[in-house]
Amino acid sequence: MAVARRGVHRTRWIKLQVFRYVTFALAGIFFLVPLLSMVEFSTRANSGGGRTLDFWKAIFTYPELIDWNFGPAPDASVNASLELALVTSVAMLVLLVPTMVWVRLKLRRLTRVLEFICLLPLTIPAIVLVVGLFPMYVWLGTNVSDSILTLGFAYVVLVLPYCYRALDAGLGAIDVKTLSEAARSLGASWFSVMWRVIVPNISNAILNALLLSVALVLGEYTVANNLLYNNLQVELVHLQRTSAGTSIAVAVASLLFAFVLLMILAFIGGRGRREFREEAVTKLGTGPVLGSAG
Amino acid sequence: MSERAGVEVRLENLVRRYGTVTALDGLSLTIAPGELVALLGPSGCGKTTALRLLAGLEQSDEGRVIVAGEDVTDLPANKRNIGMVFQAYSLFPHMVAWENVAFGLQMRHVGAAERKKRALDMLELVGLGSHANRYANQMSGGQQQRVALARALAIHPQVLLLDEPLSALDAKVRSRLRDEIRRVQLEVGITTLFVTHDQEEALAIADRVGVMQAGKLEQLGPPTTVYSRPATPFVADFVGLTNRLAGNVKNGVVEVRGTQIPLVQPDVADGPATALVRPEAVTLVGNGDSAGGPLVGTVIAVAFLGAVSRVTVDLGDTTVLAQLPTADAGNHPAGSKVRLALRPDPVLIDRHD
Amino acid sequence: MLGGRRFSLDWVGTLPFFAYVFLFLILPSGIVAVGAFFDAGNSFTLINFAHLSRSFLVKVTVDTVAVSAITAVLGAILGALLAYAIATGNPNGVLRRLLVSASGVLAQFGGVTLAFAFIASIGPAGIVYLFFQAHGLDYYSREIWLFTLKGVDVVYLYFQIPLMVLVFLPALDGIKPQWREATESLGGGTWHYWRHVAGPILFPAFLGGVLLLFANAFSAYATVNALINQGAPMLSQQISNALSSEVGASEPGFAKVIAVEMIIIVTLVTVLYTLLQRRTARWL
Repeated sequence: MAVARRGVHRTRWIKLQVFRYVTFALAGIFFLVPLLSMVEFSTRANSGGGRTLDFWKAIFTYPELIDWNFGPAPDASVNASLELALVTSVAMLVLLVPTMVWVRLKLRRLTRVLEFICLLPLTIPAIVLVVGLFPMYVWLGTNVSDSILTLGFAYVVLVLPYCYRALDAGLGAIDVKTLSEAARSLGASWFSVMWRVIVPNISNAILNALLLSVALVLGEYTVANNLLYNNLQVELVHLQRTSAGTSIAVAVASLLFAFVLLMILAFIGGRGRREFREEAVTKLGTGPVLGSAG
Repeated sequence: MSERAGVEVRLENLVRRYGTVTALDGLSLTIAPGELVALLGPSGCGKTTALRLLAGLEQSDEGRVIVAGEDVTDLPANKRNIGMVFQAYSLFPHMVAWENVAFGLQMRHVGAAERKKRALDMLELVGLGSHANRYANQMSGGQQQRVALARALAIHPQVLLLDEPLSALDAKVRSRLRDEIRRVQLEVGITTLFVTHDQEEALAIADRVGVMQAGKLEQLGPPTTVYSRPATPFVADFVGLTNRLAGNVKNGVVEVRGTQIPLVQPDVADGPATALVRPEAVTLVGNGDSAGGPLVGTVIAVAFLGAVSRVTVDLGDTTVLAQLPTADAGNHPAGSKVRLALRPDPVLIDRHD
Repeated sequence: MLGGRRFSLDWVGTLPFFAYVFLFLILPSGIVAVGAFFDAGNSFTLINFAHLSRSFLVKVTVDTVAVSAITAVLGAILGALLAYAIATGNPNGVLRRLLVSASGVLAQFGGVTLAFAFIASIGPAGIVYLFFQAHGLDYYSREIWLFTLKGVDVVYLYFQIPLMVLVFLPALDGIKPQWREATESLGGGTWHYWRHVAGPILFPAFLGGVLLLFANAFSAYATVNALINQGAPMLSQQISNALSSEVGASEPGFAKVIAVEMIIIVTLVTVLYTLLQRRTARWL
């Protein structure tokens, strides 16, 4: 390449690149060091230095963390959180998908109302919501069940904004009206329309919504703690007082899990142009003006 | 209203490379004071690069840029006294029209009252005095470009540069604005470089047209010359329409289907060649009677273009375009048989196909 | 449209959803908003609001506002710089996609795991601290600031900065290169460009980012609770205490009134943010 008399523009370009890479380096350090330190901490051998997996192996020795029985009222917090994630996701899909489709088909005027309600949980801090939930859960605990799975009721509300956006994007990309009219004219019941026609065509959006709700439930602390339940995150805080190493090992594990989920979302959810993908990730990230994980 | 005579602009041997691609291959061009030169060519020919080098938005690898006798090659854009109109999006969105126009004056530390007055005067000049307080997104494309023109001229630059200013506009707006730009340019008397890929635009407003291809200037001359005496086959093809008819050169004249046509460049070797004949040099006469022209064919289509019409004729072995006043074209509807004659206007020949 | 002769029962299809949302979103919110006006004897009173002026609560409110403001402004500045570094790169490159995805993930990352990450790195047993200590620098010599509000400031930046990147990046993408070139052709240099063109255009988005980050930090609970478990220095922790402690039981309106205070402040900030967005939409 000929050495050009580039003058002002070349120096400006060079200065810009220097700025960029210095910024990335500093940001990289700030954001990666804490994460890597967790890995280091959880594999630190106390005597003599070197690595050990003792903390990791110890995870299985805490019955409050994991046991191998999955039931309707789990005591172990990992079990509880996983079950909660499942329950919340299913409940969310059952509640949201038919409602959103129905509104698109028959009640277009309610779209604004639906959107407002679904985005409302973003503006109400979780800590505020839990104050109102507290008396309700006291009643629930004595009259219905005190299983930790009842947290699912609250969690569905918390995941509403993220899942609404994901499903709305998916439904917007297909012509719900035409598809359902075609199916109905061929004799399908409403259930068949939903299950056989709509759902397969928004599978990507459903996957997005699922991943989002799982990630949120696994990371949730505020509501669980204040309603006096022991989910994963609450248990981690307790565990930290007895065995810091193990608690951090669990934290790393849950982090990796949620991270993998969100990366899947960022790269395959929202097929198509970069702008749409980025928009999905941006909306998801800016969601928690008042996130319950924060 | 010419407050100052324009200045001379000289581009000397400009070369610009991007990696392995040579965008400008030794371009040399002199623009006389007050002249409007249009650089015309397909995308990638280097015309925009030449403009940006003159503006100082890019630096050349070799060559010099001289404005009013001063070598400005190493001067950055904001120190050159040039005014530039971009293709689109160049108005600052957060400023109203007059603030946009006054911006250059603000950079030159003109006082607030003075620059507002001058900005409003400029907007009057381009016919948008009433739009002074509108934002860019409250104006049409044509209006935005007029504000951009006012903004470029407000600083009384030595040179005016226009980078395809009409390309993003509707057809109707384009022709009106084109004439508007020329009117203002003549009134102000400023040396101007106008870049476009639309040959009609270039021919309509320029004092001289420079046709470019692959980083080189193929021909530079007044519009009529470039049109009727193209220097190369590329120019003949790019500017206006051309019929390619097989013929034979003998003694500085080409014979095409029985007609002897003089050559633009007479000293070429004898032998077969393709003659590039303009549609308006093809005349249609009657149908079938031998008193007409030497060529016989059938009309395939007639395209009505307003004052003129273009008739496509099938000669059997090739098709030919003829352009004639619409009144005459009415005599030869599609399907009719016609006879063609070729006017002996000097033509260019091509030996490369 | 709807109406006409047949009375449409279509709305019934949405009943499950609205009933659910009413029960678990509207009702609890209502309980909070209304309960702030009632005392232990279930009679209407405004006395709970007087509790807001208790000195410790005033201090906590001020501290929470301070932490939120500091992390909002700092996070906005650093996030804007990082966003600028990203925006000036290849818009379709791998690096950009990676960084935007990472920002999306990190903006969500908070709570307990974040606190642990910092404890494991710069905490008293953390590798970073041990490293510095071994080389003669003991940054906890005066106090272990990680477990004070100063530490909270640092830790909050971890999700504030990515959040700012996500919010600010679209604004940076909207800057057209022609504006820079036009400025130059009109005689303006780099400083003029930022002072008169890019700066004013970006300022509303920047301010919006600050507001968003403020609201985010203000209502956060999990992270600070995992770092500081004595003294409840942040407003969200006060709510939590009031909820579960003895004090709460005898003054049931107390937790609710603090919650109302929080929601007023957050709503105010959110409204300002929306107004700002509308203003920018006017000319972009």
